[in-house]
This record gives sequence, structure tokens and C-alpha cells, in this order.
Amino acid sequence: MYVAVKGGERAIDNAHAWLAEERRGDTSVAELSLVQIREQLALAVNRVMAEGSLFDPDLAALAIKQSRGDLIEAIFLIRAYRTTLPRFGYTLPVDTGAMACDRRISATFKDAPGGQVLGPTFDYTHRLLDFKLAAEGEAAEAPTSAPRTEPTPHITEFLQGEDIIEREPMSEAQPGDLTREPMAFPADRSVRLQSLTRGDEGFILGMAYSTQRGYARNHAFVGELRIGTVAVEMEIPELGFAIKIGEVELTECETVNQFKGSKTVPPQFTRGYGLVFGQSERKSIAMALVDRALRWKELGEDNLGAAAQDEEFVLSHSDNIQATGFLEHIKLPHYVDFQSELELVRKLRREAAEAVEQMAAKEAAE
Amino acid sequence: MNTTISAKDRKAWMGLLASADDARLAELWRAFDHEPAFDWLRAPEAGGVMVRGRMGGSGAPFNLGEMTVTRCALSLADGTVGHGYVQGRSKAKAETAAKIDALMQTDAAETLRARVLIPLQEERAAAKEARASKAAATKVDFFTMVRGED
Repeated sequence: MYVAVKGGERAIDNAHAWLAEERRGDTSVAELSLVQIREQLALAVNRVMAEGSLFDPDLAALAIKQSRGDLIEAIFLIRAYRTTLPRFGYTLPVDTGAMACDRRISATFKDAPGGQVLGPTFDYTHRLLDFKLAAEGEAAEAPTSAPRTEPTPHITEFLQGEDIIEREPMSEAQPGDLTREPMAFPADRSVRLQSLTRGDEGFILGMAYSTQRGYARNHAFVGELRIGTVAVEMEIPELGFAIKIGEVELTECETVNQFKGSKTVPPQFTRGYGLVFGQSERKSIAMALVDRALRWKELGEDNLGAAAQDEEFVLSHSDNIQATGFLEHIKLPHYVDFQSELELVRKLRREAAEAVEQMAAKEAAE
Repeated sequence: MNTTISAKDRKAWMGLLASADDARLAELWRAFDHEPAFDWLRAPEAGGVMVRGRMGGSGAPFNLGEMTVTRCALSLADGTVGHGYVQGRSKAKAETAAKIDALMQTDAAETLRARVLIPLQEERAAAKEARASKAAATKVDFFTMVRGED
């Protein structure tokens, strides 16, 4: 426990004033603007939106500036802000099949209709520091080519035609919402996906990696990875129809996983799914792997006792705001708690010393 | 008030306004130079909506995360009601969108369409095309592939 202690207000005010000064840094260096953060640190902005669970690039840029680039602190600011927003409603599910793709690749089909579109990727770069970026200069303009006009269908659709992959049963079932009701176990897949998409990237990555290293391995192929923008539509009661209320950038990953079959059902591939705000490729692949691992029960697989199969373990520890809140609270004053422990240890030591003395006295007497 | 407006038309302009660039919309609206008298039915308020996705892209829905939206509703002197639902937190943008939504139901529609909506639409299409052209240039052409044209 920690107790309220009076005093320290002046120290706290002064600490915050110094924080503001340190945040600004050397004043002979130009101040960073929110637009610069939004445009030039876009992947940090994306991560804050994904884990803050609020799509608003300007707010995420502000949070990054305020937190001095500490992304978990920035996510905390966004989570706190979003609780102040009135909820206007729920959108219609976005149609990722109609995404305007910047990037779309498949590790399973070379000749996928729509092609392999690399987009603005770090893949195939040599990971050598580029000292040209240390000097100021204009970026070269990207080459262009005739744009595609036909839609880019999901790759799993082709597999579904052959029935060689499990179908995602289409439904309009009301999904759970962990911003409205606390998580309960067992959690259904809708709640698991909501939790994974806002979970800590590092944690989800570690869990996904554990499945690749053999803890509930599920043999994932990236069937498709796509990044781009989709329209968001919502029913407006006062209008009586749905309108587009904006656009969001998303990364979607569909994995094609190990198959199963039985005497009655022919072998069929299974699926994992990742969908994350922004260009968040690593996170969406990791999400798909963990989603697949957590589906062991509904797919009739064995519980191998792996961490990535344990939904309570995964979902209870993936939220970096909950985790950091509990972790960091132990640095706050625990004077009373510690005082009682101190008293206890002193008493035990005293008793132990007395016991030794008594023993010595007894031996001397004999 | 024009009663022949279809839901499809209205959907189209409201959608265009929802994701329009704040500054560009403000600029076109100023240039249109017609501030109608109106009463608020609902003053602009910023809020969040929960965006949904589907499992596997095509299955059951789940909640993905929220986005910011600002909405308002107003009525013109002749009673025409306009709604603004725009992405982000700009109250000014929601107000402009609601005024345009209302005026698009009046005789001002054609001028407004020509001077605000069409420029927005064209710029948007051009921006989308520019992005799609860059994506197209990163499409892999496998030279070992046998094409089946002949």
C-alpha cells in the first residue's frame, strides 16, 4: 500500500518545470513541430495510434512530443484522452478487400492476381546507416507506373474456392468490447483480436516468436500482407443510412497455417489474422501468429502448455499501459509498507539472536 | 427545399467532406463566399467511434480501435437541415460540412457542387492516383514467369 503524504508540492512543481525545459532541449536547436513528427516519424505515430487504440495522427504526434519520444508514455496519454471522448457509436466493419493498397505481398503465391506490390518497405535495404540523411537534402521522387484500376482480391479467396482452407464464418454477431466490459475468460475471438491489436508490439512479437521456436508451433505462412487505406462507414440514425465518416490506414496480415483433417473432414489449412492501425507490419504478422496459437481449442488441437496458447497469460500481460502502471507504481512511496516489513525483519533477527544466546548460555551451564 | 435529392447523392458528398483536408475545405468554402444564416440543432462536438474489422477480412466482426469524429447539425432559415460528420477534431470543419450538406439541398446546390465539391473530388482522385502510381511502380515483374498471352 502507499499512503498520501503531504509536502513535496514545491519539489514536484519544480521537477515538472525542469521536465518541460529538458523536453525542449537546447533552445539553439529549432523546435520540433507536430506536423514534422506526423510526417517524418510516421511509424512511431502509427504505433501510438495502434496501441493507444485511437486513430488520430495529430493527437499521436502531440503525445510523442509531450512524452519526449517515450512511446509507452505517449500511448498512456492517448489512452487517457480517449476516455474523455463521448462514444458516438460503432462503425460498419471495414472492407479490407476494397483497400487502396500501398503494399501487398504474398509469401505463398508468386502469381497472385494484383501482383506482388512492395510499397515503401524496409525489406531488401542493407540496414547500413545512410549518412546522406545526416545532411539536409531533398528526397528523390519515387518513380511511377500506370496504376491498377481493378480490385485486389484477398488471396485466401482463391484457396476458399477450392475449400482447401477453413472458411471464416460470416456473421453479424455483436463482438465483445473490452473498453466497455472488463475482460473475462474464456475470451471469445472478437475480444482476443481487440486485445491483440492494441497490445504491446514487443510482447506480441515475443509471443509470436515463441511459437516459431517451437512453443505451440503452427507453421505459419504469410498468405497475404497488405497495407493501405480503407473507407470507414457508419450508420447515422438521424439520416437513416450509412455514410463514410473518414479513412484509416491499416495493415492486414492473413496467415495460412498447418492443416488438420480427420476421417470425415479432408485436410484443410487453418488461418490466423492480424489487423492493426497504420503501417504496422511486424505487429500485424505477430498478431496473426498469436491469434492462430490461441485458437487451439476451437480447432481441436492439443494444449501443449505453451505460453502463446494460454489466453489468460497472453491477454492479461499484453497491455503495456496496465503493465507499466502496475510495474511503475512500486517506485511511489511505500513508506508504511516498508516500515512494517522493517519492523518484522528486526523482530525476527532479535528473536534469532536471543535464541542463539540462550543456547550458548545453556551449553555453558551444562 | 429540393426533395429530389437521393440518399446516394447525399452519401457521396457527406463522405467527400468527412475525409477532406481541413485547410483545403476551409479555403474552398471561403472562396464560395456565402455564409448562410442558421440555427444549431446540435453544436459541434468531438467524440470517438469504434472502428470494426472482420476476422480474416470476411468473417465475424470485432472491435479494432477508435477514431476521432466531430459532428454537428444545423438548420437554415428555410428549415433545411444539414448534418456534419467529419474525421478528426475540427469543429470548424464539421460546421462547414453541415452548411454544405444543407445548402446542397437548396438552389445553391449546382454552384456549390461546381465550386467546392468537384474541386475536392478531383484533388482527392489525383492524390489517390499519385499514390497508386507509386505503388504500381513497386510491383514485381518476375522475369522467369511464363505469361499465357500467346
